[in-house]
Amino acid sequence: MPVMNMVQALNQALREEMARDPRVVVLGEDVGRRGGVFLVTEGLIDEFGEMRVIDTPLTEMGIIGVAIGMALYGLRPVAEIQFIDFVYEAFDQIVSNMAKIRYRSGGMYSVPMVLRSPCCGGIRGGMHHSQSPEAYFMHTAGLITVMPSTPYDAKGLLKASIRSNDPVIFLEPKSVYRTIKEEVPDRDYTVPLGKARLVREGSDVTIVTWGAMVYQSLEAAKLVEERHGWSVEVIDLRTLFPFDRDAIVESLEKTERLVIVHEAPKTVGPGAEIAAYIAENHIELLRGPIARVTGFDTPFPLAHEKLYMPNIARIYMALKKVMQY
Amino acid sequence: MEVLGRRDILNIDRALGLYRVLDEDGNPVAGEPSLPDKLLLDMYTYMVRARILDGWLLKLQRMGRVALHAPNKGQEAAAVGATLALKREDWLFPSYRELGALLVRGMTEEEILDRALTTIDDPLKGSDFAIYGHRKYNIVPAPVPVANQIPHAVGAALAAKIMGDKIVTMTFFGDGSTSRGDFHTGLNFAGVFKAPVVFVNQNNQWAISVPLKRQTASPTIAIKGVAYGVPGIRVDGNDVIAVYTVAMEAVERARSGEGPTLIEAVTYRLGPHTTADDPTRYRVEEEVREWERKEPLRRMRRYLISRGLLTEEEDKALWSEWEKRIEETVVKVLEKPPLPPEVVLEDVYEEPPWNLREQMRELRDSIRLLKELGVELE
Ligand SMILES: Cc1ncc(C[n+]2csc(CCOP(=O)(O)OP(=O)(O)O)c2C)c(N)n1
Ligand SMILES: [Mg+2]
Repeated sequence: MPVMNMVQALNQALREEMARDPRVVVLGEDVGRRGGVFLVTEGLIDEFGEMRVIDTPLTEMGIIGVAIGMALYGLRPVAEIQFIDFVYEAFDQIVSNMAKIRYRSGGMYSVPMVLRSPCCGGIRGGMHHSQSPEAYFMHTAGLITVMPSTPYDAKGLLKASIRSNDPVIFLEPKSVYRTIKEEVPDRDYTVPLGKARLVREGSDVTIVTWGAMVYQSLEAAKLVEERHGWSVEVIDLRTLFPFDRDAIVESLEKTERLVIVHEAPKTVGPGAEIAAYIAENHIELLRGPIARVTGFDTPFPLAHEKLYMPNIARIYMALKKVMQY
Repeated sequence: MEVLGRRDILNIDRALGLYRVLDEDGNPVAGEPSLPDKLLLDMYTYMVRARILDGWLLKLQRMGRVALHAPNKGQEAAAVGATLALKREDWLFPSYRELGALLVRGMTEEEILDRALTTIDDPLKGSDFAIYGHRKYNIVPAPVPVANQIPHAVGAALAAKIMGDKIVTMTFFGDGSTSRGDFHTGLNFAGVFKAPVVFVNQNNQWAISVPLKRQTASPTIAIKGVAYGVPGIRVDGNDVIAVYTVAMEAVERARSGEGPTLIEAVTYRLGPHTTADDPTRYRVEEEVREWERKEPLRRMRRYLISRGLLTEEEDKALWSEWEKRIEETVVKVLEKPPLPPEVVLEDVYEEPPWNLREQMRELRDSIRLLKELGVELE
């Protein structure tokens, strides 16, 4: 089986889906000749031509608005936002239309499109090349929000997203793009939306996380195991909404302790919803308070980003707090 | 047929033509420009400083000391020529590719380097890369999402008008940026309210890999102003004297209450889009060679020498003087300590609310623990 990084896996997913289904088109800034600034769309223009791999004018509002129209008419557009930090111009189109057309039309129309975009920090990208805005999308009824953490999942989840009849926000943690390599099947497969992945088995405390924070969480898990003998389970949520509540509950039945780790800021962040869900429905499972380790409630900084993001020390502190409660 | 609108003000010919004072080899195309000798030499000196500093920022990025740099090479004339038309009290809303404009406003190489290297003296305290600004020079730091600053320049101009201040605002943005809503709404507001603002479009032919013809089906960018009731002037952006001349006209129009102007400075990005880009993927070398011949410093140097305002020796001396001064500044700045980690949690609000006060404790605890664990994060 070939070994790939996430960029290669995503590129293969797009290539296979475009070959399988002539309705799939790719559009965005620099996705053609340049192959995308991270090369996720590299070579697609040579294989599928300028009608299906479209370099657009520089307007996120235009890219998303036009992709919505394409999806309404019958295409399956995969619209790239060069960095998710630039999506805000398109928010009106996303929130008022992409998310609402099915409802507004009484189910007559849908918007089967994917908005894919590099997200998150860890590459010294500064304030506007590092954000984790998944909560905005999770908060918007009508959208599915996905973030893979491995090449295998990236390929399978992107294919499932392209085939979804509901719009998907597909966030790609760019710090993982080339750092993690694994075997990825050369053939067609999907990873189902809405299903989490058990990354590490443990019995004392559960970490629910996603994206690049999976790796920080694993490091912290190893550290506390060595230092304190605590056994940490790590769940990669993969689909952030609708999230896999069963996977979390199943794990908590065993560990009775919950730590949520994400790069997005804390206040009204994605972790708040997970914590509230457990507190509302499964408080009896918990031995003590839920802890969250998150990006600070500030814009994403250029200086000291590794201190801003959850790191091994901050996850360790949270695990300790929960274990020693 | 009845013709609507004021053809005289919205002079379409100027939006479709190309104004120049010097040709590509530095020969005056229509008579000698009547500008003071010192101003002509200043124009050239600012461009030389911008070119040298640009080279250093590139080098420092390769050394891993600067996170990212957007090279200016080839575009010095537009930035320098346009900002020289401003007065001290005027306001500038730059983009990320106008080192020359910062220098003209009085920002020093040291302040720019402190910013780029996020030293302890970084005036923007490590917030983002490739952006510069300082309140003391009336330069509002650019947002990285392109074109966001355009309506801000309009709003500030309108505020000045409302408050009775005779100031002008100027904003820079690229050709790609004209596809965004901010550009269109900015021009529209400026036209409706006759805001004293000068829009300077640096049309460098590319938005990363996307050529101008993919941004717009309009014959020029300047013509877009006309539809909003804003005069558009297209100028050779590599001719610093021409840029200065049209910018003076636009600034004076704005100051006298006649409203905004859109200047399209036709230029070319000779370097990569940023230090993270590889232009060989999308553009041919011949195109770059062709524009190298038209670059603004060579042209101005030839003109100054032909006018007898500069000798070859004086030119060499000018370059080596600034090379030396800037290198000394680089050495000095490289030795400065970094920003303290606490800046991460500062300047979110005037006073930090409870969550940020708690998070400051978390930050400090985590730094202590990292030391204890012997973990190096960066
Ligand atoms: C809203 C937004 N979308 C995308 C980007 C990524 N990006 C940075 S610069 C750039 C091209 C800008 O082209 P142009 O406006 O012509 O300015 P130039 O870089 O050529 O000076 C793009 C797409 C961005 N910074 N902001
Ligand atoms: Mg450009």
